[in-house]
Amino acid sequence: MKNQVLNLKTRVMNINKSTRSNAVTIGGILIAYVVCTALINSGNMSNLLRNLLVAMCYYSIMAVSLNLTVGILGQLSLGHAGFMCIGAFTGAFFSKITVNTINNTFIRFTLAILIGAVAAGLFGIFIGVVVLRLKGDYLAIVTLAFGEIIKNVLNVFYIGYDSKGIHFSMKDTASLNLEEGGMVVVKGAQGISGTPRNSTFTIGVILLIITYLIIVNLVNSRSGRAIMAIRDNHIAAESVGIDITKYKILAFSISAALAGVAGVLYSHNIATVQSTKFGYNTSILILVFVVLGGMGNLRGSIIAAIILTVLPEYLRFMQDYRMLIYAIVLIVMMIFNWGPACINWRKNHSLKDLTKKLMKAKKEA
Amino acid sequence: MLAGVDMSFITYLLNGISLGSVYSIIALGYTMVYGIAKMLNFAHGDVIMVGGYIIFTIMSTLGLNPILGVLIAIILCTLLGMTIERIAYKPLRRAPSLAVLITAIGVSYLLQNLALLIFGAEAKSFTSVIPVKPLSLAGGRLSISGETLVTIPLCILIMTSLTIFIKKSKIGRGMVAVSEDKDAAVLMGINVNKTIAITFAIGSALAAVASALMFSTYTNLSSTSGAMPGIKAFVAAVFGGIGSIPGAMIGGILLGVIEILSRAYISTQLADAIVFLILIIVLLVKPTGILGKKIQEKV
Amino acid sequence: MEMLSVKNLSISFGGLHAVDSFSITINKGELYGLIGPNGAGKTTVFNLLTGVYKPDMGQVILDGENITGRSTIEINKAGVARTFQNIRLFKNMSVLDNVKCGLHNDNKYSTFAGIFRLPSYFKTEKRMNEQAYEILEVFGLEKEAKILSSNLPYGKQRKLEIARALATNPKLLLLDEPAAGMNPSETEELMETINLVRKQYDVTILLIEHDMKLVAGICEKIFVLNFGIELANGLPQDVLNNPEVIKAYLGE
Repeated sequence: MKNQVLNLKTRVMNINKSTRSNAVTIGGILIAYVVCTALINSGNMSNLLRNLLVAMCYYSIMAVSLNLTVGILGQLSLGHAGFMCIGAFTGAFFSKITVNTINNTFIRFTLAILIGAVAAGLFGIFIGVVVLRLKGDYLAIVTLAFGEIIKNVLNVFYIGYDSKGIHFSMKDTASLNLEEGGMVVVKGAQGISGTPRNSTFTIGVILLIITYLIIVNLVNSRSGRAIMAIRDNHIAAESVGIDITKYKILAFSISAALAGVAGVLYSHNIATVQSTKFGYNTSILILVFVVLGGMGNLRGSIIAAIILTVLPEYLRFMQDYRMLIYAIVLIVMMIFNWGPACINWRKNHSLKDLTKKLMKAKKEA
Repeated sequence: MLAGVDMSFITYLLNGISLGSVYSIIALGYTMVYGIAKMLNFAHGDVIMVGGYIIFTIMSTLGLNPILGVLIAIILCTLLGMTIERIAYKPLRRAPSLAVLITAIGVSYLLQNLALLIFGAEAKSFTSVIPVKPLSLAGGRLSISGETLVTIPLCILIMTSLTIFIKKSKIGRGMVAVSEDKDAAVLMGINVNKTIAITFAIGSALAAVASALMFSTYTNLSSTSGAMPGIKAFVAAVFGGIGSIPGAMIGGILLGVIEILSRAYISTQLADAIVFLILIIVLLVKPTGILGKKIQEKV
Repeated sequence: MEMLSVKNLSISFGGLHAVDSFSITINKGELYGLIGPNGAGKTTVFNLLTGVYKPDMGQVILDGENITGRSTIEINKAGVARTFQNIRLFKNMSVLDNVKCGLHNDNKYSTFAGIFRLPSYFKTEKRMNEQAYEILEVFGLEKEAKILSSNLPYGKQRKLEIARALATNPKLLLLDEPAAGMNPSETEELMETINLVRKQYDVTILLIEHDMKLVAGICEKIFVLNFGIELANGLPQDVLNNPEVIKAYLGE
């Protein structure tokens, strides 16, 4: 009986603990949102920062979703931007061809987000099935390869539509054979321009919170445990009957679908979406957010994404030096965080230690 | 007419082998470092770019002898490689591989932005360092560039001497030992730190050679010129089986040939996509690359 | 009634016969010991039984079902669970979650229900928590349920591995040196727990152990493996007095 009471207590505590952590993160996002909105309304926010608000949201979504693959599933992916690219293009394509038929912006944009997510998710399943049997650095290089393929192939896509339907070519606009009054939507390297600018800070924040909740709830569920079990020890996971392939693909495709959402947000925020923006450099940028924010730490991913999106812009006064400083900060932080010597040093010089020493000194005095 | 088609095919093939030879030389740097330090040195491609700028400065800005330029580039790149290893990678010797990867990315950004600061954003036009005249064959229908004539034999020479060096020299055998089992190598009295430093030195020296060869053919030199060849050379190393020197050679040449032929016969814009697609297929059929060893996990 | 019937199970690695014609019959509810000197192929037998390696030859029948050549996952679903010689816990997960991973296949709800917190999520999670605590209490780990499994002391990590295996509701439990690295009193306590588990969960156990005295104390039957071949098999007193066994253990 006593045991049961104890169990109940610890169980309740457990729920409280994870809910509290979620509440802190979501509360933080909401407070930031309210503060930003107040600043905008009172005219106190600089244009620079205002233009970055949506970017912070989609980069945060990218970072949180990549964390699912890298931090929670434990598989290194260097092609996350490819999924964003798919979401950006399918979402923008949908919005462009339905801009005159679906008048309700909310419905159209919601549909665009769903389509972008599903398209990217399907690609995630496909790529996952193909590559997830590879491990470590091999997986990394193959995801990089897939990201580059998506980028290069979309770069030669020409898609237009007229009364007869959708026309497709990989050569040029002329070979689409559009009839009079037809419209070219995807123009090869020029991508898609003139997508309705439906992305707002509010929508971005809502999508970020939804993404965060999806991943947090996944992690704290049966499937999430299976995913983390695979990360921690795949041989043991198999030995308790966890279907490794299934859960790897599940995590990978959810991560891809959410990157697709970020892509839709991106393409509805700028004048032109071009596939060349989604190369491995972008994938690596997102990976940096994840690693600096802490593997498996979703809140850390969001914070890192926001800081590293804003920081380079605020370093603009240093002009050419800003990326140099960024690079140095990155190296120093990695060495400080992970270098065995630094870890030891931190252990011996931690704040706790220092206060303890001070207390002791006080007592002795 | 048919003969004319064949001639252009042969030209493409030779260009492909030539480009592939450059990839192999770069891939050696990746493969050796990966084999010994078990890390993906993302900044390796940028060492090539640095080599290109050094040669460019000595040749075009200072107007000195190109061969001197190449020699100085080799020395400076070697020092650069060793410095990077000492400052950025060595403190992370026992850290998780992802941390090392991100650090390497940081080093890559650092080199690119340093080059951007020093040399500006405008691309420089590189003058070929190879004083060999093109060879004209088949009554002028087949012309082989001087760069190709030098690159291919040089690549073979480098491969052979490196293989002999690793098999016969004490340092080379130490490298093999470290790549097989670091802890056991320590017990055998091998200085692991020194071995890793030497590996970086050799890889970076080779990167300087590769830069001279590559920029002589593809003359556009900017701060990001090293990144893509670097990635492709890494793909080549994986392709051939990472950690294997003949693998790097085979992977590099295959990659170069596939790239040039796709460019010529399929699509310029899709050439990279085709290269990456073939990499994926190879890895699916043989997950450790063409000459890679199979690793069985102990349960 | 036969729980496990293995006939002529063999595997070789590069010409070396790691396990050669391994045959054993274990009755339901029995506690069987598998002993042998280092490198005798004991863990390889476990790897063959659990599908980590595919046998070159032979047959494995579990409770009347032929499971030869199946994958690890399928074999676990058929009712075989194991522990590992070198502990393989889910290190970055809590003790409780480790056990809940073991409950994975018997307590299902969809990923969708998990993400959107549908009623089936709450219902199943509640049941899983209850079952997990029940198992943890058997091993005296309930107070550490929230601790990260890698922070448990060594002996408790071994116990947790057994708890996790038991959570998959196996018919046959394979324990690979469960007492390795434990002091005598810990070992004795563990053996009592194993005996308790066997009765309470109605499970058949095959156990690898180095310490012959320990095995003789709790096992009903013992199988001695040497260089991949059967050296002796039968009741403890017969096996331990077998001159071949003594020779293999003490050397010439």
